Amino acid sequence: MSPTASFDEPASPVLTVDEPIPHVRIRPASGWSLLNLGEVWRYRELLWFFTLRDIKARYKQTLLGPIWIILMPLATSGLFSLIFGVLAGLPSGEIPYPVFVFSGTLVWGLFAKALSTSSACLKANQNLITKVYFPRLIIPLAASVSGLLDFLLGVGTLAVLMLVTGIAPSWSLLALPAFVLLAILAGLSVGVWISALSVRFRDIGYAATFLISFWMWLTPVAYSSEVVFDNPKVPAGFQPVLEAVYQLNPMFLVVEGFRWAAFGERVAGPTPLSWVSLAGLLFILGTGLFYFRRTEVTFADVV
Amino acid sequence: MSDIAIRVENLGKRYEIGELVTVRDLPRVARKVATAPFRKLFGRSSAISGNGTPDGQAHDGLPSADAVDEDSPRHFWALRDINFEVKHGEVLGIIGRNGAGKSTLLKVLSRITSPTTGSADVFGRVASLLEVGTGFHPDLTGRENVYLNGSILGMTRREIAAQFDEIVAFAGVEKFIDTPVKRYSSGMRVRLGFAVAAHLDPEILIVDEVLAVGDAGFQSKCLGKMGEVAQGGRTVLFVSHNLAMVETLCPKGLLLDNGSIRAAGDITTALNAYSSLFGHTRATGLADRTDRTGDGPIRIIKIDYQDEYDAPIAAARLGHPLRIRMHYRSSHVPVANVWFTLNFFDNHNRLVFKCNNELASSLFQVSASAGQFVCDIPKLPLTPGVYHLNFHCKVNGMKSDNVERAAELMVESGDYFGTGRTFNDQRGGICVDHRWACQESVA
Repeated sequence: MSPTASFDEPASPVLTVDEPIPHVRIRPASGWSLLNLGEVWRYRELLWFFTLRDIKARYKQTLLGPIWIILMPLATSGLFSLIFGVLAGLPSGEIPYPVFVFSGTLVWGLFAKALSTSSACLKANQNLITKVYFPRLIIPLAASVSGLLDFLLGVGTLAVLMLVTGIAPSWSLLALPAFVLLAILAGLSVGVWISALSVRFRDIGYAATFLISFWMWLTPVAYSSEVVFDNPKVPAGFQPVLEAVYQLNPMFLVVEGFRWAAFGERVAGPTPLSWVSLAGLLFILGTGLFYFRRTEVTFADVV
Repeated sequence: MSDIAIRVENLGKRYEIGELVTVRDLPRVARKVATAPFRKLFGRSSAISGNGTPDGQAHDGLPSADAVDEDSPRHFWALRDINFEVKHGEVLGIIGRNGAGKSTLLKVLSRITSPTTGSADVFGRVASLLEVGTGFHPDLTGRENVYLNGSILGMTRREIAAQFDEIVAFAGVEKFIDTPVKRYSSGMRVRLGFAVAAHLDPEILIVDEVLAVGDAGFQSKCLGKMGEVAQGGRTVLFVSHNLAMVETLCPKGLLLDNGSIRAAGDITTALNAYSSLFGHTRATGLADRTDRTGDGPIRIIKIDYQDEYDAPIAAARLGHPLRIRMHYRSSHVPVANVWFTLNFFDNHNRLVFKCNNELASSLFQVSASAGQFVCDIPKLPLTPGVYHLNFHCKVNGMKSDNVERAAELMVESGDYFGTGRTFNDQRGGICVDHRWACQESVA
């Protein structure tokens, strides 16, 4: 038998000549493939359907439906206000503690949702990954974007709270979408790392839950950053180090920036040093996307 | 324009076997993960091993820095040196035993997994159908799932919308289209899944064994649709264990065995080569067969046949008693609750019937380390032809021994009905006891 099998039946013409024939070359994954975001763009309809699926599936067969989305951060904010605002007497500047903490919980929730869903998404979509081809990046992308609907409802609630407490937004509101985008990117950047790694090492997935709650307490979500800055209880020599590390957390930038966008000059806003964390965020995102694209061809074999 | 739809050159796929990762790998893995994103960026070619073939990163994406040798026992080649071409409009059936590499080949060609060596060029829009209803979400309605599934299979929203009514009608689920899919019967779900897939309009269609689902009526509907697709000038790659179906649908065949191409060309060539594959297996004694699964105490080492006078026979006869003796060895005694099934397959690999000790009598209690399980068929219903048997043996519900195509059974014609006439139809089927009467109405 010759090594190349040939089938010599005359082929019937199926393709019209004027149509370009898509050509795909399948090769071992050794070569450094570029991010190839163009391919992800071609699959944008699938991204849309996955997002839609994630949103719809989440609230199917729930009695209260979208009310949950508002109820959960409201309840959390109430609890935080009681413990930190009333019992511990922590400051929240000109903003009433519940509104202050609600804004933090809201943007943190968007980040945490993006992070946790994109970390878990590959395992959750195992049946798809082993049965059909599409750029795998679509899955964590859809997972992080699907949190946006919840978030928008939360923003509506925040607007109502601000109206009730008489806090008028300023021109800084224009910057809000930028910080929302940053929150999603932050969640996605860590999420793609975790999802790509957890396909192979399940323990990484377990770490994600822990990471999120740990991280939240290092970020001024439930309390104001005033508590950390110039705190006399911190030993003098340790204070500058603590402050620097504190501000280099990308989520510090996101939360403080979001509050500034919502409340304007009433809050301090992101510190100059915190903008440095943006570089860190982009680095994690860039390497995460590369690592993801690099290993995605193997997902079907190991997931 | 070239008339080639798929060209496969030196394609190989290697899998790692054994546990993928344990704690001991932690330092090595941590080092690789930390450097993975940059390795290629700076042109360090650790992904290329000494002899120039791409090294084993096919699995982990973490190229083994210590250039694993090609034939290390931790690796297994699911495909090796695969070369073939498919022209536009050809319908190719891919056949082979379990584990021959058929599904792996389809997965590589559908880009679900990447090859370890070689390349494949695919010209045209591809739709691969390795499962019916891929990605159905139980909480979403039929309508929502049609869009989702269609989109997953590569249809645009407009294409789905244009064919939506047709899809729903084909599946016959009009009434339930706005009901969550989890309330569907499994048959309805399968029909809806196939209906979406059937309305794909790719230039190249890759199908894996998905037709073996649904009830008989729907299966024939699917077959009809497949035939239509095949005749419609589309390029089709079709994997199936159902040789009759492959023979009907595919003029061309490709036989895979142990990851390599054994035969290619006309479907008859491939099918003949497939049969001879088993001739080869038969030469190996059952005791020496290594392609068995199960690790219990009971092992079957020989199967032979006897007639009603306990005389050994080479061929059984239709309508006559047949005694099948499975000689066993047991690694320890006593062994309680031995469950035993014999499956009879015809030469198209269709299950004809099965014999099971629990159903027909009772589980065996084995107290000697060697002996025979005896299955008596008082009146063999198999029509003339060649059949093969596989057996499953379980001990306390745990698989003890299982061999596919463990033995072949030749059946000659006989007088099944005791009428003095022998059965001469070569088209297969089985005989069943029955009676005829002609009842005349009394005026």
